[in-house]
Amino acid sequence: MGKRVGIEVSIAAADAVAMADVDVVAAYPITPQTHIVEHLSELVAEGELTAEFIPVESEHSAMSVCCGSSAAGARTFTCTSSQGLALMNEILFIVPSMRLPVVMILANRSLSGPLSIWNDHTDVMSVRDCGWVQLFVENGQEVFDHVLFAFRVAEARSVSLPVMINMDGFILTHVIEPISYWDKEAVERYLPAFEPVNRLDPDHPMTMGAFAMPGIYTEARKVQNDALIAAMPELIEAWEKMGELTGRCYRPVERYAVEGAETVFITMGSIGETVSIAVDRLRGQGRAVGLVKLRLWRPFPFDALREALKGVRRIIVIDRAISFGGPGGPVASEIRSALYGVEPRPEVLNMISGLAGRDVTPEDYIAMYETAMAAEQWKPEDYVVFGARE
Amino acid sequence: MVESERDLRCGDLEVGCVVSQPGNARFYRTGDWRSFRPVVDRAKCIGCGVCYLLCPDMAIRRRADGTFEADLYYCKGCGICAAECFTGCIQMVPEEE
Repeated sequence: MGKRVGIEVSIAAADAVAMADVDVVAAYPITPQTHIVEHLSELVAEGELTAEFIPVESEHSAMSVCCGSSAAGARTFTCTSSQGLALMNEILFIVPSMRLPVVMILANRSLSGPLSIWNDHTDVMSVRDCGWVQLFVENGQEVFDHVLFAFRVAEARSVSLPVMINMDGFILTHVIEPISYWDKEAVERYLPAFEPVNRLDPDHPMTMGAFAMPGIYTEARKVQNDALIAAMPELIEAWEKMGELTGRCYRPVERYAVEGAETVFITMGSIGETVSIAVDRLRGQGRAVGLVKLRLWRPFPFDALREALKGVRRIIVIDRAISFGGPGGPVASEIRSALYGVEPRPEVLNMISGLAGRDVTPEDYIAMYETAMAAEQWKPEDYVVFGARE
Repeated sequence: MVESERDLRCGDLEVGCVVSQPGNARFYRTGDWRSFRPVVDRAKCIGCGVCYLLCPDMAIRRRADGTFEADLYYCKGCGICAAECFTGCIQMVPEEE
């Protein structure tokens, strides 16, 4: 494999995009994603990457350009955060319906208001149902690996869907971490040339993104949903293949210290590492506690999740977004739904924490565990906005 | 080629719902949108073709006798032909009549 370097994660992410030999990057800078596209524009300007860098006037245009370039058969990348994601919302839903394999890094940041530039998952949760493959990474190495993974999966002819990599803003984008780069040969072995299923071509005219009357819209939506669910085997194969090449093997659901655990935390993204420290300490005190990390958010890994939670009695779901007026956080809502038919059904307690960059320490997670254990009976709709001063 | 999208099943849809066969819009029966149809008084028609030129859906065709008529498979009944006709030979008649 290639060199191991200490580098800012955003710069490494951009290098991974360049190693994927991307053809088009259309992006608008927004904190905390800026360094990624900034570095890509440098690579193009310095001639190190042969690609079109299109500095669009808004994120709505960024995703529109991506839609067009991917339809023309170009390997396409973009990157955004928060308000930028909200601005590209309209096109975000069209890209998967047209089965265009755009890859996007979403540097997760809270949505306004109140205005905030810091990290949580409110942006991605606002587009939960947009039809993209959505996954979460935990550290810089995972970002680098998943850029190459995302292009491979997105462009697989059996998938042909856009992939969104969620990386926590600042917590990952702005830190320097040791990252093992892939060498050129490994990238070539892992990522074949892009051969689109459909391509805009004047010699073979076709209509993309056509209007659908009520008589066909339902069928079109069902086919799109089936395609996202059917992406699962390709996702798993791409992770296994990466394991063979790099020695790092990823799964849709990751387990940490779940052996014999009666209670488990469920996390998504970089906080998994913090919670693992809390789990180690609690295990040291003889508490039967473990950690399950959701890497894949869409398509939702129902089977792998149920398998990982076998025998678990209590689950503490950490959410980093609120579903206002709803059942707490969106992750807990999905977990409850996934476990509804499981006998005996584990209890689910939802902790909403780490909103807009509020620091959550291992001690906080231990406190959440103690709070959860102290509760005599959990109601299914229970949730706690942890740390809110009342 | 299918007559209506209601004949299509999930398995008939191409990836991304692309329409890979060009020119299929001609199978689309837009005439069933119509509530008024154009009726031509042939005695008054001078065969100038302004209706043919201005029809936004190219739904007007020339007859062998040099006059023009709407193709009711496509004509949506917009009435532009009747409004633009120099001789006033086209009347928009409610479909129920």
